[in-house]
Amino acid sequence: MTSDAMSESPPGPRPDPAKAPDEAGWTAAVRNRVEQTLPLTELLPTKQPAYIGSWVYSFGVICIAALVWVVVSGVVLAFFGSAWWHISAVGHFFNSVHFWSVQMFFIFLVLHLWGQYWGAGWRDGRATTWMVGVVIFLVSVVTAFTGYLIQQNFDSQWIAINAKDGINSTGLGGLFNVLNFGQQYGLHVMLFPIAVTLLVVLHIIQVRSRGVVRPIDDPMPASDSAGALR
Amino acid sequence: MNEPAPYLHWGFILISLPNLVLIGVMVLLFIVALFAPFPGHKRISGHTDDE
Amino acid sequence: MKRGHVDKEAYYKGVRMIPYDLLKELAIATIGILVVVLVLAVALSSPDVPSVTIQSWAKADPVDFVTTAQAELAGTSDVADYGPPYNNGTGSVQTWGFLNPQTWGGVHVPTNAANDFVLQPLTQAAPGDSDLTAALQTFNTASTDQQTAWLTKYGDAVANATVGSDGSVDVASGDYGPVPVLMDRMLTLARSGALDALLLTSDHFYQTDFSRALLFLDDGGYIGNLAQDQSLTGSQWGMMNETGRYPGQAWLWLYTMWYQIPPFTSDSGFLGISGANADLAVVGVMLVLSLLLVFVPVIPVLRDIPRWIPIHRLIWRRHYAEIRKHPRPAAPS
Repeated sequence: MTSDAMSESPPGPRPDPAKAPDEAGWTAAVRNRVEQTLPLTELLPTKQPAYIGSWVYSFGVICIAALVWVVVSGVVLAFFGSAWWHISAVGHFFNSVHFWSVQMFFIFLVLHLWGQYWGAGWRDGRATTWMVGVVIFLVSVVTAFTGYLIQQNFDSQWIAINAKDGINSTGLGGLFNVLNFGQQYGLHVMLFPIAVTLLVVLHIIQVRSRGVVRPIDDPMPASDSAGALR
Repeated sequence: MNEPAPYLHWGFILISLPNLVLIGVMVLLFIVALFAPFPGHKRISGHTDDE
Repeated sequence: MKRGHVDKEAYYKGVRMIPYDLLKELAIATIGILVVVLVLAVALSSPDVPSVTIQSWAKADPVDFVTTAQAELAGTSDVADYGPPYNNGTGSVQTWGFLNPQTWGGVHVPTNAANDFVLQPLTQAAPGDSDLTAALQTFNTASTDQQTAWLTKYGDAVANATVGSDGSVDVASGDYGPVPVLMDRMLTLARSGALDALLLTSDHFYQTDFSRALLFLDDGGYIGNLAQDQSLTGSQWGMMNETGRYPGQAWLWLYTMWYQIPPFTSDSGFLGISGANADLAVVGVMLVLSLLLVFVPVIPVLRDIPRWIPIHRLIWRRHYAEIRKHPRPAAPS
């Protein structure tokens, strides 16, 4: 990838290290790369291609919005501890917000997946955007799973004793012990949310830097055959 | 609300009513999104607007 | 298409651009979904069926509890002979052809059913209870054959046990050695709530690992019956269900579907898959399907379906209409 990127020079004169010593080195290279790939005008554009005029395009941003409330309500639940929502009405309310925002997150994630699949959103160099998106889905499923395990109620007991057989069969039961509340709590409250957030940020950077894919069969000036799906 | 939900049973498929409603709403949302008009920007002049 | 720098000017050449406020869209989406979530939270709340305890189990179904405790001591329970990660048994080890990852994974949550669930808690509770102390002494010094003989007879008898008016479990008289005393004390400890604490804390103060208590619960029939009432068992698509009248994990529909159909449900096998290794087989199938989903862009047929079933003509119908009205000049090759 680096050789490809380097062979397409950004517009404008390349910095001449002999002339400007501060333009050589790692920092300059990273900064130049960032400016090439994702200048602010692309991260926060004020124009979009007219073909995004469909409600199907709203599913992704609604999914992100739901994730915001998943995290906010999760922070509140974590702050007051794992037993709080069973003994406090306010706590139960925040658990309800967490529960329903998770449902919304998955609803709009899957709708977004459907929209991207039927629009073949991976075309024109966007294959890794799709792949990161599917990984987000899979990691989110595991994140939700750890969440169900730490509810400290009948549901979490039952899920734990059933899931253990599936996980044990893979040989990972010693590493990932669903009966170990302490482990699952740390995974759910910290490690997995960090992973999801980083992946979502990467996904957004990919979308913003590459732009929204053109419609299928839309004649492209540089395409070798009209609208070939690749 | 903690009482067991009603379940629907067709052949080997067994699904709770809440889950069925949720999936139904999803399918509905997708179909609506495909057909619902999206507030559009009127064309200002001509067609292609290379910017 | 080269990756790295994306020349958007070239990519969007000929495409009509419109003003678009991304942050306002995000703000509207955030407020909008918050309203929806708040309405649902206030109107429907969220599920919270209280947990089962060893205590509630022993009170609700003392015969099932004693049956389970006896099986743990006798080594005939599921956990006693489970296999890795708990012990070196083979009763629940799943293999698929030459694949045996469960064994390869090794024992990392060492669990000795007889000791961890019965003898150790009883020993911790013995001080001050001379009958229990004596019973433990008798049991521990007896030969393995003698222990097995007592336990087997008691196990047969408890299948026909009755519950006394004081909640105790009564079996027909027989030669069970010290086992009835051990079982009676297990039931007393359980009904008082002490066994919950003993199984959790063992001999240290802080504890967040509920493995012992959960494994013991799992060996009994009580919690499974409760789950059946809520349609949460594996053969009821349980993985995607929730307690109460709430939506569950609809996204797990495909994961749990396999558990409802042959060969994952059958005794005889197909391609090495049967009920005996359904968990491992389903993991394998879902791993493959997940990889297929990740790599759709490079898989022929999967990546071509969107062209063959043109839902995209609906997504972009305004765009296609615009192109028909105002065709672009032919692309230079």
